[in-house]
Amino acid sequence: MKVKTVAEYVASGEKPEILFWVGCAGSFDARAKKVSIAFAKILSSVGISFAILGNEESCTGDPARRAGNEFLFQMSAIQNIETLNSYEVQKIVTTCPHCFNTLKNEYPKIGGKYEVLHHTQLIQSLIEEGKLKIEGGAFAGKRVTYHDSCYLGRVNGEYEAPRAILNELDATFIEMDENKTRGLCCGAGGAQMFKEDEPGDKRINVQRVEQAMKTQPDVIAANCPFCITMLMDGLKAKEKQDDVMVCDISELIVQSNGL
Amino acid sequence: MTIAQIIFILLTIAVFTVAFRQFKRVVDNIKLGKSEDIAGDSVQRWQNVALVAFGQKKMFKRFIPAILHFFIYAAFLMTQVELIEIFIDGFFGVHRFFADKLGVLYTMIIGFIEILSVLAFVSTLVFLWRRNILKVPRFIKPEMNGWPKLDGNLILYGEILLLIGIFSMNGADVVLQKLDPAHYPDTGTLPVSSWLGPALFGGLGEGALHMVERFGWWLHILVVFGFILYLPYSKHLHIFFAFPNVYFSKLKSRGEMENMPEIMNEVKSMMGLIEDTGDMSDDIPEFGSRDIRDLSWKTILEAYTCTECGRCTSECPANITGKKLSPRKIMMDIRDRAEEVGTKIRSGNPEYIAEDKKEAGATLTIDNFDDGKSLFDYITNEELYACTTCNACVEACPVMISPVEPILEMRRYDILTNSQGPSDWLPMFNSMENGGAVWQLPDERGAWTKEIEA
Repeated sequence: MKVKTVAEYVASGEKPEILFWVGCAGSFDARAKKVSIAFAKILSSVGISFAILGNEESCTGDPARRAGNEFLFQMSAIQNIETLNSYEVQKIVTTCPHCFNTLKNEYPKIGGKYEVLHHTQLIQSLIEEGKLKIEGGAFAGKRVTYHDSCYLGRVNGEYEAPRAILNELDATFIEMDENKTRGLCCGAGGAQMFKEDEPGDKRINVQRVEQAMKTQPDVIAANCPFCITMLMDGLKAKEKQDDVMVCDISELIVQSNGL
Repeated sequence: MTIAQIIFILLTIAVFTVAFRQFKRVVDNIKLGKSEDIAGDSVQRWQNVALVAFGQKKMFKRFIPAILHFFIYAAFLMTQVELIEIFIDGFFGVHRFFADKLGVLYTMIIGFIEILSVLAFVSTLVFLWRRNILKVPRFIKPEMNGWPKLDGNLILYGEILLLIGIFSMNGADVVLQKLDPAHYPDTGTLPVSSWLGPALFGGLGEGALHMVERFGWWLHILVVFGFILYLPYSKHLHIFFAFPNVYFSKLKSRGEMENMPEIMNEVKSMMGLIEDTGDMSDDIPEFGSRDIRDLSWKTILEAYTCTECGRCTSECPANITGKKLSPRKIMMDIRDRAEEVGTKIRSGNPEYIAEDKKEAGATLTIDNFDDGKSLFDYITNEELYACTTCNACVEACPVMISPVEPILEMRRYDILTNSQGPSDWLPMFNSMENGGAVWQLPDERGAWTKEIEA
């Protein structure tokens, strides 16, 4: 399987159906790269033609903007919008809810207007349209709980798409007490990912993992590369990393369907 | 005209004159903020007012306090009907002006108010218990020490006085209706006072009953006057401000931070995408919010609307894990700083004119104001930088306040104007600027695809 860039599509005179915005984590972080691969496999398995920007993609600017560095944000955003507009991109899907939010809600004011989907939304619609069917088996008897990322959930109001997918698995799905609008942050947002915590009693990711552990999960499903890092670190702090897996929803589908 | 009438009329005029000034003070303080065009869909805005402010939709995320609060709120709204009668009676020296005019309807209205009042009375006692004996955690956070704690209790004491007033007045009246029907028109059977009145005051003589009735009437109206004068100094202001605050709350996505067109245009012109607008050449610009004048007026309205319930703080991941950040404290600090700046500006003291703007005959305004302090004297960086922008506080607020917005505006000031901020962020900023990614890595961005091809 070959993942092509938009430039490669253009060179061969074709146009992809959708742009897969990979994001910094999906491109560089060892754990998040696996999510990029999983999602690319899903897209490819259903025959959607997709492209990435490759080296022409840069950070959307979300962490810079929320850190307060508007100059850096604008530089990133304007650069990206120039690139996207030059390829006449109309539809974008991304595996990162921070990229999703910035592309969807913040780029329009700067001149970038696109239809933007989070990968769980696209996957849900593929399932609804019957194009993607989740095979059973892999998760039979497993307990799965789900962590809402702030930027997909509370900020953009998407609580149902990920749950609809999880309900297709043959696992037992158990909600944490703190779910949907009351889902606790993993601790990474607002550029916290890139700095040490302020003094306090405990780390936010540890608190979140404690909440998740109450459901006695085999798997904590997530939808954000930064949440995945944070939850895995939290499990390590609790020495539960060998008992509980943290997976992106796309990875669960890949495992189920043996892609 | 009786002496009572004269006292009532003079008192009403005095209370409303003073109250007008105090409310104007608050409105002036709100206007110290930056102008912000609140545009868009008034249908959606009125819908928010109907559901969130009037209908208390967001309160019901926590059912028990919501239902108790709803009783007090409903009693407050309905009592306004009775208050109209109290004003008519007070001005014209009549007694229960509407009683014989409305007949059964009057009995129903007063009866309904009585039932709500009992529910409100119980709710008020439960609230006092929650604050002072049960000590619900969100009411005993550090920012609640001192005045905020007393403020919360004073309001509840005031409510109890109001209810004592209503039931003394109605209870004595019911007994008097039997003794002196000429002066005390029949109110019909009231659900509470018709048994509470005889039970409490049944043995009293006519003179004593008359005293109790007048005591109740005056107590009620005096506490109402007290509340009107007290509101502009109290968190209780939410009973009015919740409505405009919800109306003016942002309709755009929570995920969209306020764009900064001046920086956008500067960057676009740097990149040769637009003509240089020259906006930034004349002055060293200040970005973000350092003080009250740099905040949107809407944020200051939010600060005055906050009733310190602490739902935001109890949902804040930073606060839950023991960090200093409390979204409620951010709003309280903004309000307190707005009070301080407003008071100093109204003093007209030329001492508060900024050094570089001190010219002969210059008068003190918000534009040349400098008292050597700022919001940063109230809110520390430790608080600002603990925010994960998760929006749990925004979600939790029953009156649609956003503590995230001023936090991010103050970060903008610290980073863009002060060039400060956590040093941990510098590598991230540098790699974004130089490599277009949050991490500086030797790999190519598309290198991950090799793994899939293999």
